[in-house]
Amino acid sequence: MKNKRPSLAVEIAGIKLKNPVMPASGTFGYGEEYAPFIDLERLGAIVTKGLSLAPKAGNPTPRIAETISGMLNAIGLQNVGVDAFIQHKLPFLREINTPVIVNFFGNTLDEYGEVARRLSDIPEVAGVELNISCPNVKQGGIVFGTDPKAASEVVGLVRKHLKKPLIVKLTPNVTDISVTARAAEEAGADAICCINTLTGMAVDVKTRRPRLANKTGGLSGPAIRPVAVRMVHQVVQAVKVPVIGVGGIMRPMDALEFLIVGAKAVQVGTANFVDPAVMMTIIDGIEAFCVEEGITDIHQLIGSLQL
Amino acid sequence: MKNYKTVVLSNQEISTGYYRMRILAPGFGSKAKPGQFLMFRVQTSLPPLLRRPFGIFRTGFLPADCDGQAPKEFVEILYKVVGRGTDIMSNLQVGSKVEVLGPLGRGFDMGVPGEQKILVGGGIGLVPLYMLARELTRKSSVRLLMGGRTREDILAVTEFERLGVETYVSTDDGSLGEEGLVTQVLLRKLDKYPNASVYACGPMPMIEAVQEICAARGVPLQVSLEALMACGVGACLGCVVKGAGHSEASPRYLCSCKEGPVFRAEQLDWTKLGQEPGYCEGCKI
Repeated sequence: MKNKRPSLAVEIAGIKLKNPVMPASGTFGYGEEYAPFIDLERLGAIVTKGLSLAPKAGNPTPRIAETISGMLNAIGLQNVGVDAFIQHKLPFLREINTPVIVNFFGNTLDEYGEVARRLSDIPEVAGVELNISCPNVKQGGIVFGTDPKAASEVVGLVRKHLKKPLIVKLTPNVTDISVTARAAEEAGADAICCINTLTGMAVDVKTRRPRLANKTGGLSGPAIRPVAVRMVHQVVQAVKVPVIGVGGIMRPMDALEFLIVGAKAVQVGTANFVDPAVMMTIIDGIEAFCVEEGITDIHQLIGSLQL
Repeated sequence: MKNYKTVVLSNQEISTGYYRMRILAPGFGSKAKPGQFLMFRVQTSLPPLLRRPFGIFRTGFLPADCDGQAPKEFVEILYKVVGRGTDIMSNLQVGSKVEVLGPLGRGFDMGVPGEQKILVGGGIGLVPLYMLARELTRKSSVRLLMGGRTREDILAVTEFERLGVETYVSTDDGSLGEEGLVTQVLLRKLDKYPNASVYACGPMPMIEAVQEICAARGVPLQVSLEALMACGVGACLGCVVKGAGHSEASPRYLCSCKEGPVFRAEQLDWTKLGQEPGYCEGCKI
């Protein structure tokens, strides 16, 4: 008898995904950058670079530094701005049969609200991912993500302005991530995405200066994966809404770790830079694992951690 | 541009610390334009994590085999061993599997046919100038001014000469060619050919000095910049450089991998372009 292909479909906050694999914001541009390399329609979703109300030029250079099994970045959320995105980037994404999740942030509470309002009426946007976790900008970003009260306030405000599914992306740079996860859930998050990068620093020993112009940056890549798996595990215990796991996924088995601890979907970030087709390999690998293990539906795997 | 899984055809040390690698380039060798680059995945295990960008030195075809198959395309890169990534590359053997992404980036503009062209190369910065010279010599008179600290930094000059390029060498220690900086030679050549166009690639202090000379004389200049890169396709925005009109109040950045690596001098903000901390120091892991 021929084996039936396992179902990899999942639903996050009402967004139907063909499979649980999507890019992490900021590592995939606006989708078109990777179109020459992969079939975007095979992805569970496309997650865009973080948008702000006005275009943002980003931080001074150097902005990246490689470390052992990881990279530090301090890009500073360079982006075209929400209106230019809608006008110039969305038409490309509209033609692709894959849900589009738009990541966004604000410098102030009002800006968060305004960007949410502008995205709310765009039919091609399946859902939004609220960034309260970028470590590389002075205003906005992590400022809202490290204080549960501030997180609650910004999530509540965005919820008021937004008629779409709301995913909140949390920072790992806190003592207890389950506290901010609960605060986000109570304030109206439909899903939680964790983690963003860990704040780090690297020094050029010859010049004795930081290797990033911003002094510190966000650490990503396989170096952070065990931290991410632990935090996703904690957040899954703390909230009822679905959790998207992200942090250092390079191979199918890395994605499986996150699913097993209870993430309903995963995001792949730095690995896209190393291998533009890595998400295809990960989707194929998850499917192959399911076939091998006799799993007919990915939900049999999600949260199947044995303790 | 695509990600190609291919093999090393040869990989030899051509001067102390400098290597020349030839890889099979089916479907992309002949598509590469002067000034474009490839992102090499050094090995599939870690570290290093990220790919390394390398300028394309030369493309060509292997002679057809006696089996009647079509000639096979190849690409050559020249590289200097500076850190762990390039060290691993230097140990790759004939037949080793490699993954390359490319050809990437915007290359050189060939300018007006017939006018004098002066190429200025410093050390490994010579790499993108060979394909450029090959293209330019079809319609223009081309001179190469090549600089280095010692004779070991002077690479592949005879190959330029074979193209019919007049070459001038200078080294800081006088161990080959004229003693001194390549910019001295540039000043003399521009005295003789004031309407020439200049193309430069090399260490940032050299590029800055070339820019000053060209700006003062109103000579058109294109530069190929080296930058730290993660993706090579314009997604990570890690490799940006300051564009003309940049200020702290209204920053303006250009993406080296997508809008470059070749820029017209007037596209860039030259204030302290190469003096930021850590510039070009990233590949030591």
